[in-house]
Amino acid sequence: MSGQFVRLAERTSAEIRFTIDGTPATARAGDTVLTAMLLNRPSIGATEFTPHDRAGFCLMGACQACWVYDADGARRRGCSTLVEPGMALFTKWVPSHG
Amino acid sequence: MAEAIAIIGAGPAGVRAAQTLARAGHRPVLIDENMRIGGQIYRQPPPGAERAPDQLYGFEAAKAVAIHRALDGLDIDYRPETLVWNAREKLLDLTGPRGSERLAFDRLILATGATDRSIPFPGWTLPGVFSLGGSQIALKAQGCAIGRRVVFAGTGPLLPLVAYQYAKAGATVAAVLDTSSFATKLKAAPGLLALPKLFAKGLYYLAQLKRRGIPVIEGVDGFAAEGATAPEAITWHRGGETGRIECDAVGAGFGLRSETQLADLLGCAFAFDELTRQWLPTKDAEGRASERHLYLAGDGSGIAGADAAELAGERVAWTLLGDIGQSVDSGRVATLDRGLARIARFRRAIEAAYPFPHRFHAAIPDALIICRCEGVTAGHLKFQVEQREAGEMNRLKAYSRLGMGRCQGRLCASAGAELLSHWRDAEIGTVGRLRGQAPVKPVPVA
Amino acid sequence: MTEQLRSDVAIIGGGIAGCAAALALRKRGLGVVLMDKGFCGAGASGVNFGGVRRQGRSLVELPLATRSRAIWDRLPELVGEDGEFRATGHVKLARSEADMAVLEHYAADAAEWGLDLKLIGQNAVRDDHPWLGRKVVGASLCADDGQANPRLVGPAFARAARRAGADIRELTRVEAASFDGDRFEVRAAGGLVVTSRWLINVAGAWAGKVADWFGDGAPVETLAPNMVVTEPLPFFIDRSIGVCGGDIYVRQVDRGNVVFGGGNGWGDIELERSRPLAPTTEASMAKLIDLIPALKGAMVIRSWSGLDGEMPDHIPVIGPSLSIPRLLHAFGFSGHGFQLGPAVGEVLSELVVDGETPTDIKAFALARFQ
Repeated sequence: MSGQFVRLAERTSAEIRFTIDGTPATARAGDTVLTAMLLNRPSIGATEFTPHDRAGFCLMGACQACWVYDADGARRRGCSTLVEPGMALFTKWVPSHG
Repeated sequence: MAEAIAIIGAGPAGVRAAQTLARAGHRPVLIDENMRIGGQIYRQPPPGAERAPDQLYGFEAAKAVAIHRALDGLDIDYRPETLVWNAREKLLDLTGPRGSERLAFDRLILATGATDRSIPFPGWTLPGVFSLGGSQIALKAQGCAIGRRVVFAGTGPLLPLVAYQYAKAGATVAAVLDTSSFATKLKAAPGLLALPKLFAKGLYYLAQLKRRGIPVIEGVDGFAAEGATAPEAITWHRGGETGRIECDAVGAGFGLRSETQLADLLGCAFAFDELTRQWLPTKDAEGRASERHLYLAGDGSGIAGADAAELAGERVAWTLLGDIGQSVDSGRVATLDRGLARIARFRRAIEAAYPFPHRFHAAIPDALIICRCEGVTAGHLKFQVEQREAGEMNRLKAYSRLGMGRCQGRLCASAGAELLSHWRDAEIGTVGRLRGQAPVKPVPVA
Repeated sequence: MTEQLRSDVAIIGGGIAGCAAALALRKRGLGVVLMDKGFCGAGASGVNFGGVRRQGRSLVELPLATRSRAIWDRLPELVGEDGEFRATGHVKLARSEADMAVLEHYAADAAEWGLDLKLIGQNAVRDDHPWLGRKVVGASLCADDGQANPRLVGPAFARAARRAGADIRELTRVEAASFDGDRFEVRAAGGLVVTSRWLINVAGAWAGKVADWFGDGAPVETLAPNMVVTEPLPFFIDRSIGVCGGDIYVRQVDRGNVVFGGGNGWGDIELERSRPLAPTTEASMAKLIDLIPALKGAMVIRSWSGLDGEMPDHIPVIGPSLSIPRLLHAFGFSGHGFQLGPAVGEVLSELVVDGETPTDIKAFALARFQ
């Protein structure tokens, strides 16, 4: 699967391995969660009320369109969270019972 | 007893305010959502993504570095990655790495900055369409282009700048679509000469784009993104002329809009600004808000750019110092005020050169989604006006859900007001405004 | 610039009760002028939790609430839209054995007043609602209660009343009203003067002030709710939820947002402002997670408050003035007037046209405060 974003500037920082919906992916230290996901995917999840998937919009924490989920169900705002080694990111949330 | 001073926003305005206050012996609390100081234009990449300043900031490198270093050696209570989600009287509600806390203050400087202003266009909800500011952040802070073949569209001085930065960085810029015509810019040119360096930079970016063979199409009357699940092309029209440009990403923006939710929650008076067609908190000539212990600086209370933000941040710090009985460098204040006045003249010319094409809203088709968070179409809004007699923004919100989503109207309130005023044939300043509600950005239940 | 109107009935207040009264009066052939200082339905009628509920009410409210429940089913025919009313059922939770005893006691009493409730033990509660936290020991279900969208219902009644010929004046602030022995005179900002035979005071949080103009003092206090809503979430909370003690109420709308509230916000009827309070919001958030642990991580995106009137005994004032003929009051709904509004309107119209109402409203008499 190809990503939406294209890395232009060479990044020499450490490679980071993480997962998106359980599938392994890589990024670099210094990438935000949003960048890391969009380098690997065309989008970061569905929207509730439009026919299109979403990929964030403003990259500055205003539009609230880049929220993704971690393994505990916590939200992470993609544009303002750095990707970290071993991060398990999900594009949708399922409430756990109990 | 020392006054407890808080500053919200660590962009150029907040930083200069903090610097001035710290030099005068105070220890202000500086609260910012980002990881590092600098705001938007001088945004610093996160650790691991740093690059040389001239690569990141071009002509503005020296200014950016000065801002980044402005607080070195000063004793500031700096709270990064911290959101002020509510404000009331003399209390702020914070959430961040320290968890939740309430912060009391005696005086507060609001330097909350701005975000892109959007006009919905067909296809704007496709993944791969970003704001102009967002496109710039992808490049500057993350070293990425938003796509393989990018079209930039909209208007404002940021448009040629971001396009140029992308081209210089090696991205493929397929075209730049500017809704402002050459003739419009020419007419505004004498006013732009109030700040010749800035004017020259604008010309430089355009020349660079042309040199690289990037089509710059001015005076477009409308554009649309095509594609089923991602952008595949942009179509545009200008008079009877049309064009279609293949792309896989679009960066679109129509100037900036001020972030005013906290000023609203704090009870500041607002007035409608005809020039920018936005409601803004009112301030006096020294930067005081209508609530006397509050001060406003930077784009958060009216778009004037980073240079003005620096001046205003320092200026309101002097105002505050004078208000609490400390000595004020009146010569310095006079210099700051002269600088601000000069920039204000230039800003009027900028608005004239890159007018906000509010007439676009009249052409918005019913099927176009206006509120992205809630999926509210123009047709659904029109129904509220025609069938439910909505004539005011809060009514429109209550009926349609426009502005009820996660972004609380940041992306849609402008278009909602323009559409409402168009359908009701009412002046836009008379249809009301959405009110700030806590939390100003989403916070977890637990 | 004076505008003079003469009407059979003048109504001060355009919430659900006022607009429903206007509609009902028009159907009985009377002329109506209704004035609201803001937009109809944007006061307490528009900012409440949205519970359409009989369970848990003071027993004396049940006849009125039962009458109102039947009207909710007929909203589309009555006002042209359903206000997003859904009979999801209302579950009142017991978090202790003492709570359960309260629920059992109430269920027995309510049965005598015609309300059927089903008591549910701990296991059944967990089976039916596996997403409830462990602290729940039992519940009482009113299967026919439900929820609606408060922002839509009041305005829908206003438009229906207008279509039926009522003169509905929004953004029209009543500044004074008096009685000359024969007629009422109501003066509004902007020069409007309405002369009428009857006057109905449904002015919500400000109704006490209006009542004072006629010597009908009543101890109305200002009540500001504290409402919070989450982002849209996958739908799983299929009942409207309350608890013994009333300190939290929760519901999930079709689109997925979870609406919850409890405790007090801040409001001032002189400043005409209200807002939620962070400590109350935070306390509600903590209770929500306790009640429904699956919501951990969900994001709160908005909160709001409003202005309502509270009576010391938490039931409204409904009925005639103590001294002024043809003056009717309906106010002080104490945070739970939403479900009652449609019936209150009909009752008021009956008091005007017939001089009486088949619905038992004795308990709401203003005289109880004398």
